[in-house]
Amino acid sequence: MTGPTKKVSPYDQQSLSRSAFIKISVVAGAGLTLGVAWRVTQRPDLPLSDATFVPNAYLRIDNDGSITILVDKAEMGQGVSTALPQIIAEELDVPWSDVTFEFAMAHDAYGMMVTGGSTAVMESWEPLRQAGATARWMLREAAAQRWGISSELLETQNARVFAPDGSELTYAVLASDAAKLKAPNKVDVKKPSEFRLIGRSLPRLDVEAKSTGQAIFGIDAGPPDARVAVIARSPTFGGRLRSFDSSAALAIAGVDEVLEVQSGVAVVAKGYIEANAGRDALVLDWDEGDAALLSDEEVYETLRDGAQASGHTVRNDGRAAELLNESSEAISATFRFPYLAHATMEPMNCTAWVREGRCTVWAPTQFANGPAIIGGGARQVAADAAGVSVENTDLNVTFLGGGFGRRAERDFVQEAAELAGKVNGPVKVIWSREDDMRHDFYRPASWHELRATLDADGRPEAWEHRMASQSILQRLVPGWIPRPAARFAGKYDPTSTEGASDQPYAIPHVFMTYKRVDLPIPVGFWRSVGHTHTGFVVESFIDELAHTSDHDPYEYRRALLREHPRHLAVLEAVAEAADWKSRAPEGRGRGIAVVESFGSYVAQIAEVSVENGVPRVHKVWCAIDCGTVLNPRIVQAQMESGIAYGITAALYGEINIRDGRAVQGNFTDYQMLRIGEMPEVEVLLVPSGDAPGGVGEPGTPPIAPAIANAIFALTGRRIRTLPIRL
Amino acid sequence: MTSFFVNGERREVDVAASHPLLWVLRERLGLTGTKFGCGIGQCGACTVLVNGEPTRSCQTPVGSIEGSEVITIEGLATDGLSPVQLAWIEEQVPQCGYCQSGQIVSATALLKARPKPTDQEIDQFMAGNICRCGAYVAIRKAIHRAAELKEDRVLGDEL
Repeated sequence: MTGPTKKVSPYDQQSLSRSAFIKISVVAGAGLTLGVAWRVTQRPDLPLSDATFVPNAYLRIDNDGSITILVDKAEMGQGVSTALPQIIAEELDVPWSDVTFEFAMAHDAYGMMVTGGSTAVMESWEPLRQAGATARWMLREAAAQRWGISSELLETQNARVFAPDGSELTYAVLASDAAKLKAPNKVDVKKPSEFRLIGRSLPRLDVEAKSTGQAIFGIDAGPPDARVAVIARSPTFGGRLRSFDSSAALAIAGVDEVLEVQSGVAVVAKGYIEANAGRDALVLDWDEGDAALLSDEEVYETLRDGAQASGHTVRNDGRAAELLNESSEAISATFRFPYLAHATMEPMNCTAWVREGRCTVWAPTQFANGPAIIGGGARQVAADAAGVSVENTDLNVTFLGGGFGRRAERDFVQEAAELAGKVNGPVKVIWSREDDMRHDFYRPASWHELRATLDADGRPEAWEHRMASQSILQRLVPGWIPRPAARFAGKYDPTSTEGASDQPYAIPHVFMTYKRVDLPIPVGFWRSVGHTHTGFVVESFIDELAHTSDHDPYEYRRALLREHPRHLAVLEAVAEAADWKSRAPEGRGRGIAVVESFGSYVAQIAEVSVENGVPRVHKVWCAIDCGTVLNPRIVQAQMESGIAYGITAALYGEINIRDGRAVQGNFTDYQMLRIGEMPEVEVLLVPSGDAPGGVGEPGTPPIAPAIANAIFALTGRRIRTLPIRL
Repeated sequence: MTSFFVNGERREVDVAASHPLLWVLRERLGLTGTKFGCGIGQCGACTVLVNGEPTRSCQTPVGSIEGSEVITIEGLATDGLSPVQLAWIEEQVPQCGYCQSGQIVSATALLKARPKPTDQEIDQFMAGNICRCGAYVAIRKAIHRAAELKEDRVLGDEL
């Protein structure tokens, strides 16, 4: 439990497949990267290992035949601890039953260790194919040398190398010889026709552990004798502690210490219950700050004023403004979206231990390691908070009980490491559900004003979209906007407008403006980021234009997507599966939506009824083109998951702000979809040979507009504010 | 001092009678498979069986279960995996997995009460268990599958 103390592997640094410049994708949304080159001044060593053959940072083969794949991305349900090993196992030619995985500790050998933007497979696809193929090349070469024949004659399968005469050697036997070879820089990878594992619904490597209570999440990790801390945080956003009195707290049995930390006042106790009792007994005096005056009314007024003010021109094709101003028949609509909490099932937590100048952390983090330009990853943040060097900081990544973007933040790691630097022994900071919900980095609230004119055939001629929201990147990369490095000059936060600025419909005149609004509410990435609202706006408004001009909303989209074959393919597939032309059953309406996000194309049809003013989603058809499919069952599960997440937001999701505080605190007032409300879901994988796209997020954006469009079809009522209130 | 049985073993803990069973299991007995989700009995992540009844351990003062039999996710099968666990693996239910201990324990109780539940009975019985990943379609399927596995095994009173 104390970090690696094993000997350094016999590793040839030349074989590192990544160059000295590691290109970092600061994942912030659809295909967006800040494109920052993270200069690695020294080639990073490999993580320590005593395995026999360690060809690269992702793979260890031992002479007992064990094959361990290091997963450098966060497993938060989306299946990376299966999908990434599947890529390596494919190229390595080993049977799935031989493969085990471990989470990689935070280490520069992996470059940027961030899991977000549905990029885990996209980013890992080529490097991991190389990692597996390189190792196979070395094992084959080792066999060739033993047999004294050309390696070209040898074949590999089932963790064995075969000679033309039928003799064979196992990888286990070859491991120590392979370890002595110099790794090639780049080798050929398999053709898709040669795949044995990619494209199959192989069983997840984490399912048994998660069905027996054995999977170690952050809240379970670390030394069993760690003390537990809870932190009293400012009741308002941005409030400051004036003073506190801990005498009553310290009188409670089991409460050991009360200390001020950056995020508030920490109560360190024997266990969670004792720590909470101590927190309840604290006498705290807060300067609630300016945010204490802020409530929903002002938030939405500010957003509305922002949308109506002149903002940054994101897109300006043709003469949209002119045409709209000339027209007396412009169609207009205003959309409004609330703040949303992530509500991961596992509340935020982190465990840290500082001793003898070394800091060990156990963190359920989506962002284990990263460069200083964005404040470093969790490892750097922990090192800084604990007051030790990053080299002396070991960050262990655990399973994540949900992530959805929340765990890409580093606040929960910072405070645990800071506290560990101030107390003796390991300490685990646990957030209550209320802490978690009231101190989130919320999906930003936003305001959108749309206008359009139609041509003689009813097709959109001019389209104007004015929007306002807070900027996530502004908070995350302070100084980046509006005074960024030269290469970003003039840019704005594209995570706010993704999906709208690049909406695919063939419209000759398009104008979009974005106004960044600054409010003291912390905002962050929330499953599918900008698409959570832009997908709704575009897909609702296009639907409205279709109905206004008496077109079938499916055919209308088809006609406007002729230049977008991947959109068209999923749209047609979903319409066929749902038999769109047929009427919905009595009392039900159907709505359709199609959204491209994170490299994948998803079309959905929702079948909805409304009973006593409450919408109910009965069935969802979902077609996805995510390029090369690694594991169909995982894609299906992610579509179901994204749909459930999106329905929850559409029907219930709203964080209200009152007096500078988040009103909602637990599942009683921030409701989650429950099993009886889960629709039947039919998922269609639309084949395409393209490189893999994301699957963690793309299932979410189309569902809310599909539901709203279904409600319109059923009731004639347009939904322009979420959550849906009929 | 409270004494009760956990997964067949007699345990004694020296905590206040009001101390929630969840935290006794997790922090005093090292059984971390049972999860903390909401602290108010709304999410079901902390579900265990107390004398066979599905119980929110975060809302159960340990003093109230003196002498009782507690079964946690770690104790569902005395040997290998229980039918519900086998079905969960077969249907590949877990995503993030955090709620699944509670889901599996609740499903176990459901199948004891209703060996062949309908979808509606599943929805009613499992309504107290939130899955934020939305693995509900797979949960329903796995419960039906577990019902078949149980029947095949003729396990009688076994879980």
